[in-house]
Amino acid sequence: MFQTVLLSLTEGFGKTLEIFALTLLGALPLGLIIAFGSMNRFKIISWPVKLIIWVIRGTPLMLQLIIIYYGPGLILGNNWWGSGASGRFTAAMIAFIFNYACYFSEIYRGGIEGVPKGQREAGQVLGMTNTQIFFRVTLLQVVKRIIPPIGNEVITLVKDTSLARIISVYEIIWNGQAFIKSQGLIWPLFFTGLYYLLFSGALTLLLGWVEKKLDYFKV
Amino acid sequence: MALLEVKDLRKNFDSLQVLKGVSFEMDQGETVSIIGPSGGGKTTLLRCLNFLEIPSAGSIRVKGETLFDSADRRGLSEREIRQNRLHFGLVFQNFNLFPQYTALGNVSLAPRLQAKERPDFKARRKEIFDQIEEHSIELLRRVGLGDKLNYYPHQLSGGQQQRVAIARALALTPDVLFFDEPTSALDPELTGEVLNVIRQLAREKMTMVVVTHEMSFAEAVSDQVLFIDGGVIAEQGPPARVLRAPLEERTRQFLRGYEK
Ligand SMILES: Nc1ncnc2c1ncn2[C@@H]1O[C@H](COP(=O)(O)OP(=O)(O)OP(=O)(O)O)[C@@H](O)[C@H]1O
Ligand SMILES: [Mg+2]
Repeated sequence: MFQTVLLSLTEGFGKTLEIFALTLLGALPLGLIIAFGSMNRFKIISWPVKLIIWVIRGTPLMLQLIIIYYGPGLILGNNWWGSGASGRFTAAMIAFIFNYACYFSEIYRGGIEGVPKGQREAGQVLGMTNTQIFFRVTLLQVVKRIIPPIGNEVITLVKDTSLARIISVYEIIWNGQAFIKSQGLIWPLFFTGLYYLLFSGALTLLLGWVEKKLDYFKV
Repeated sequence: MALLEVKDLRKNFDSLQVLKGVSFEMDQGETVSIIGPSGGGKTTLLRCLNFLEIPSAGSIRVKGETLFDSADRRGLSEREIRQNRLHFGLVFQNFNLFPQYTALGNVSLAPRLQAKERPDFKARRKEIFDQIEEHSIELLRRVGLGDKLNYYPHQLSGGQQQRVAIARALALTPDVLFFDEPTSALDPELTGEVLNVIRQLAREKMTMVVVTHEMSFAEAVSDQVLFIDGGVIAEQGPPARVLRAPLEERTRQFLRGYEK
């Protein structure tokens, strides 16, 4: 029995990892684009972007998952996502990526705006180009500033992946819960906690290591 | 011919006129001090000369070459602005060192980037970088930091940081070096070491413009003093005259604040 449970949970955790990795892969770059949008000096661009960020950050991810998955079917009368598991997964990924991109964008914006204006100007009077200033002066300072808040979001994401369950994506909690109905077993659900703990523990160590690597200078 | 000629320089921020026509000249090897009350436009003048702000009107000439002339309607390209900046160096009030580079890294960064534009860079890369490093170390020695080459800015005192900033500004061998209140952000006991470096540069005939509130320093080091008030040069002349026997009532009033 233990082996069956372990197999099923590990398979579910595979899905959890997939949600986690794809979300970061999509949201980290998309967040940067959104950040530049929200900092654009033309209000016609920055205002709509800020509005979207406000809506996404102001509503639960669970609700966004439901709306993105069921919305097209209810409003447009046809379900874009198809009825299968792959359709549900795609919808979930879009919701996750967009949601996390909005959080990341605010962190990026804070990181970029937090670099003192004098750093840029010091580069300018030394005849550096804008590209040189960005890569040689600003970037590492931004990275150092944003690693801790990005790390917090990443750890939150580990646990947020379980929300995909709401539109029947078979991640680890779903698989754990299934044993209640089929076998009357509750412990497999409790056991899923161990997976989360080990994974977030490993990430915490990794993030701590990166922070330490950037400890040689102060901003 | 004057090394630097500034003619009728004006700068507005929207409707606020900050510089209302500033003209002065200086020769090679001269040190000019700029004094004046807060808000008079001293920083704005330095920022315009370093093209951190684009002047609204007027002209700037170095060694007879026109860097900026508002009569020329064409405007400056990004590249021209960058080229223009290389004639000048600027030392900021709060140093603005790059925190992720060592003292040596701060001094050598811009020269290394400049070197990439040299036609012989690819063939002589190593040799060029060695030369730059040697020159940067030499500059740090000159400002008394030969033993701090590999220190990061946060490991240095304010006075040491400012001296690194001076070495960094010298690394591209500017025609004129500008200082904007280089000791204002320092504890009083650290101002001396920075002023001594500037004094030494003056003796070596570096061409410099120093905005300062240190009147005795200005008197000792400069060939000319400009008193800037309300966006114009209200008085200018040799330090002994401007500081000891000013002709203008507002200069007198300003200097009274420094008597004790
Ligand atoms: N970017 C800007 N936008 C609008 N106004 C500005 C800007 N920069 C400077 N000013 C204004 O220009 C005036 C002159 O400022 P500036 O900093 O040149 O004075 P200063 O002589 O250097 O004064 P201080 O001795 O306090 O450093 C001030 O009234 C200031 O508010
Ligand atoms: Mg000023």
